[in-house]
Amino acid sequence: MGMTVVEKILARASGLNSVKAGDVVEPNVDLAMSHENAALVMNQYLEIYQGTELMPKLWDPLKIGIIFDHRVPAESPKTASNQKKIREFVAANSIAKFHDIRGDVGGICHQVLPENGYVRPGDVVVGTDSHMTSHGALGAFAFGIGATEMASVWALGKVLNVEVPATIQVNVKGTFKKFVGPKDLILHLIGRLTAEGANFKVIEFHGPAIKSMSTSGRLVICNMSVEAGATSGIVPVDDETIRYLRKESGVKGKIDLVTPDKDAVYEQVININVSALEPQIACPHTVDNVKPIKEVKGTKVNQIVIGSCTNGRLDDLALAAKILKGKKVAQGTRMLIFPASGRIFNQALTKGYIGTFMKAGAVVMNSGCGPCLGVHEGALGDGEVALSTTNRNFKGRMGNPNSEVYLCSPAVAAASALTGVITAPRTTKGGKH
Amino acid sequence: MAKVIYTLGDDISTDIIYPGRYMATVLPTETPQFAFADIQELNGKLKAKQILPGSVIIGGKNFGCGSSREQAVSALKGYELIVVAKNFARIFLQNSINLGLQTVTCPNLEAVDGDTLEITPTAVMNTTSGKSFQVVPLPNARQAIVEAGGLIPYSRKLVLAKAQGN
Repeated sequence: MGMTVVEKILARASGLNSVKAGDVVEPNVDLAMSHENAALVMNQYLEIYQGTELMPKLWDPLKIGIIFDHRVPAESPKTASNQKKIREFVAANSIAKFHDIRGDVGGICHQVLPENGYVRPGDVVVGTDSHMTSHGALGAFAFGIGATEMASVWALGKVLNVEVPATIQVNVKGTFKKFVGPKDLILHLIGRLTAEGANFKVIEFHGPAIKSMSTSGRLVICNMSVEAGATSGIVPVDDETIRYLRKESGVKGKIDLVTPDKDAVYEQVININVSALEPQIACPHTVDNVKPIKEVKGTKVNQIVIGSCTNGRLDDLALAAKILKGKKVAQGTRMLIFPASGRIFNQALTKGYIGTFMKAGAVVMNSGCGPCLGVHEGALGDGEVALSTTNRNFKGRMGNPNSEVYLCSPAVAAASALTGVITAPRTTKGGKH
Repeated sequence: MAKVIYTLGDDISTDIIYPGRYMATVLPTETPQFAFADIQELNGKLKAKQILPGSVIIGGKNFGCGSSREQAVSALKGYELIVVAKNFARIFLQNSINLGLQTVTCPNLEAVDGDTLEITPTAVMNTTSGKSFQVVPLPNARQAIVEAGGLIPYSRKLVLAKAQGN
């Protein structure tokens, strides 16, 4: 019987010839990532050794990544003290893939890992973050786990008792209209599947519209697969994956070309044609409450946010800059932009996008999770509405349960910043925003 | 006997269970104070210790969706609550098993605040209404971790076995 990509990856990582959905395996881990919650992982890791008289020993410090991004720079003495403890732990244990709060090599973990070539096709990647699903864009099986589970990985180097997930195949064909793209595709898919439709399952993406999609776009669709409940999203490795790894991540050496068997077994097959797709908006307070833009256009917006692990990459910023160039953010609307990494920030600076944003009246913030999780930047006031390119619109997500968040693409966010209401980007030349 | 103390709807996210702005607090001994921080009535009762250990929170489908933050589980575990829901999001369920928070998947449960439930491995009996509802068992893969009392003691056994060369 044929195997899906994830079945192949799990079989090999578990030392087996083949596995199928429902089997229980214990795969070896190629990369184990945490962010600030490494403070809790450290606590749980030491707890495992309590009463054993053994010295705690990391299974492989070269395969552990710690990226500060959730609350950077620290919003409180508590976070700062935890970050300090983590730095000391990193130094004492020679943890290799550590990215501190820096403007050159820092950033959001789901951009820092790919741009540094830490994730390869065929890898098993775990992280204490639900958006680990992003890294399926590079043909890896990447999924989120809790801090205690990570502590166990630190000690043992494998994930215990993993049930091989069933796979949903999504075939995407057609050509996106202007100003419609990967974000609209994944919002549309989440609307179809619902927030729990892919729970305990993997979404494997195929089709010509995926083949012609950049890695940046693939990171968007895999990133948000978790919003349909998926354990992971995955795009089988192809020429674009190899281009990205060689050219943008500087990966040398052999790249593993793990692709699904022709007779692989899928639990469900979904076909989508994107040619007629309009910009999609996820309305409060669930990500699967997705509507075409025409149903919500004109909604007043107090805060526009462009950035995050979903849509803070260079092509997202380029699109926003194109729409904002020479124009002004509407009075009464705030616009916040936070690039996904220091590297992207620097590229955007060189290309002049940052200047365009600031001249338009946007506030450009440092790379990090920032306003997306409502901890220390960009909180909303009572009764306020945000339109954001981030990935979640749960009640209270942007720091205030008495506010609303709509999710959209960078193009819609930029067009709406100019009007102060939810606005579809004009596709005709000379159109006024 | 377990008393239903609060009923919630579908898609209760970890942002509702444990808002992101308290994420700097990580230790299981400290997280319970922020359980359901934005539902003031429930948070207040929990903090005032008006709710007995073993009380039940009811959720709809996809309970615990969203972030992998383990605080959402340790905060509820701190009060020894039991969560009965139509189903659970994957990471929340795994975290619950790992930390020993009792979760019960019961797709057809009918119960309201104040009802008392009798929970067995196969069914939830609503002793107030007299109706019984079938339980979906935890994934087989995770049974050994439940039986060990959570992932820490389970991993401890494996670490010891590894040190002894088994």
